[in-house]
Amino acid sequence: MSAVKRYQHGSRVPGWDQAADLDKDPAGVPDPALVEVPAALRAEIEEAMARYPERHSAALPALAAAQRLHGWCSPEAIEQVACVMRVTPAYLSSVASFYDMFELEPVGRHSVYVCTNISCSLRGADALYDAIETAAAGDRQINLRHFECLGACDIAPMVSVDHLYYGPLELADAQRLIDDLQAGREPIPDLALARLRSADPDANS
Amino acid sequence: MRTAPILLHDIDEPGLASLAVYERRGGYQSLRKALAMEPSAVLAELDASGLRGRGGAGFPAGRKAAFLPQGDMDRYLVCNADESEPGTFKDRELMQKSPHMLIEGIMIAAHAAQTNHAFIYIRGEYEAQARILDLALAEAAAAGYTGEHVLGGDFSCSLVLHRGAGAYICGEETGLLDSLEGKRGNPRLKPPFPAIQGLYQGPTLINNVETLSTMPHIIAMGGAEYAKLGVSGSAGTKVVSVSGHVQRPGNYEIELGTPSREIIFDLAGGPPEGRAVKLWFPGGSSSPVLTAADLDVPYDFDSLAKAGTMLGSGAIIVVDDSTPVLDVALKLAKFYRHESCGKCTPCREGTNWTVRMLERIDAGEATPMDLDIMSSVQEHIIGNCLCVLGDAMAMPIGSMIAKFRGEFEAHMQSRQLAGAGAGAL
Repeated sequence: MSAVKRYQHGSRVPGWDQAADLDKDPAGVPDPALVEVPAALRAEIEEAMARYPERHSAALPALAAAQRLHGWCSPEAIEQVACVMRVTPAYLSSVASFYDMFELEPVGRHSVYVCTNISCSLRGADALYDAIETAAAGDRQINLRHFECLGACDIAPMVSVDHLYYGPLELADAQRLIDDLQAGREPIPDLALARLRSADPDANS
Repeated sequence: MRTAPILLHDIDEPGLASLAVYERRGGYQSLRKALAMEPSAVLAELDASGLRGRGGAGFPAGRKAAFLPQGDMDRYLVCNADESEPGTFKDRELMQKSPHMLIEGIMIAAHAAQTNHAFIYIRGEYEAQARILDLALAEAAAAGYTGEHVLGGDFSCSLVLHRGAGAYICGEETGLLDSLEGKRGNPRLKPPFPAIQGLYQGPTLINNVETLSTMPHIIAMGGAEYAKLGVSGSAGTKVVSVSGHVQRPGNYEIELGTPSREIIFDLAGGPPEGRAVKLWFPGGSSSPVLTAADLDVPYDFDSLAKAGTMLGSGAIIVVDDSTPVLDVALKLAKFYRHESCGKCTPCREGTNWTVRMLERIDAGEATPMDLDIMSSVQEHIIGNCLCVLGDAMAMPIGSMIAKFRGEFEAHMQSRQLAGAGAGAL
């Protein structure tokens, strides 16, 4: 057996090296006078906070709004949300790091989630992922990810492109999907989920 | 015998997602009827219907709504639309095509349980469905079906759509509550149950999309009439998501108690030509697997429980004889490892070790003991965590080892031989 990999701090668990600088005081709630927040983002977060009996509930919608603006949950984005919500950046980082749809690193403009969970993989999702990866050929504007079950096993294998669903895809559709995205068109519109009628023969009766 | 669909009755009616078409098809009449009744009378109808929760646990819906304590405090209703159980896509179709049916059901349940704030927690990936719900909610509010003084009466209840951000665990009711409060979606210790202490520490009723969408129909036809559908202990119809190796995957609405074979073969077309059913999950990826020998089990809560598995979320995943059982087990174990929130040790470590042992089997590095160790890992997860995510891996994996042990052993041996052969070269 190979030796267990250990991080600088001696633990087998990553995280401490980057996450904590013990010489630095933890960041407090940002001072509104020092943080510039784009007006539209501020309005969206304040509107979200007003929807709930408790303002903390707006953390997810607020982070999502900031991510839409900044492209990812950058330290700057988190500071802006923290400033409007009156919470610490650490609180928001802890939340953002829990959820798959929040990006903690810069990513490409188009999200392409390929479902590779059980039902899709039974119908060829893993090969589809490889085909899309080949077609994208390292295009940095395309944020290609494996994703857990997206709830569309009736169109397996399927992809979620910029949060809209398409399927079932043949391997040949991979190139078409990438071509459409790169040309700025709606991708593979003939495979959009919205077209689908109920499979139940007795529905609509 | 097939019964006429209730939830899918006019699901593809053009424009059904709009208020005008929904009202023309008789929409919101049940809410009017319910608001004219005492809350306790609405509860009695739900109770009489025998409706059991469609999200996974199958708890009687009327009884759950009656658990909320009386009193002056804020009370909450949360619709669980975080449909993430692999293989399940019924709520997606219901919300996308008939959002007002859900809104009407929510307001009926809100009136029955006398809640004053209601939320729909929809998974973040369902952006198209969330946009449709946004529009429907605005229409419903403008028409006075939600908000202050619903339909001009005394009852008031706000209804807010909340988007998640991608976490399977937020479908677990207490993980969902933490997430809705703006935190990481870690499950809570139960008791206290959400009915007593839930969202913002207040009494909270949590129901699945399909459960709530059924309520307008129960009020329209009467609880006793609804209870005549299905079989004893499993009243009504159920939208079943069928996927995997079948020719016509999709949502089918069946009367509970329908033989599983009819669903898998007559409706979904069975496996592709020349292949046979090897194993199938009756209720999402968390349910213990059944084999071809179990195809005649009636599809209802009690019959499936008797067969050692569960109806769960009502998602049938069919795996045919072209797929090694190890691939299925590894896919599942990796999913649960990824989605474990990490709070409880048996789940966090158990899912990780199960993946690693399955990988060892696949790599030809396993010993015959490993199957027994893996079984015992599953046993040590079950019942030892705050929530059932770990159990949801342990049950299907345990059942696969029990039912396909020979195949696991053969896989192990063939990989070892292949490894030895490669080494000799």
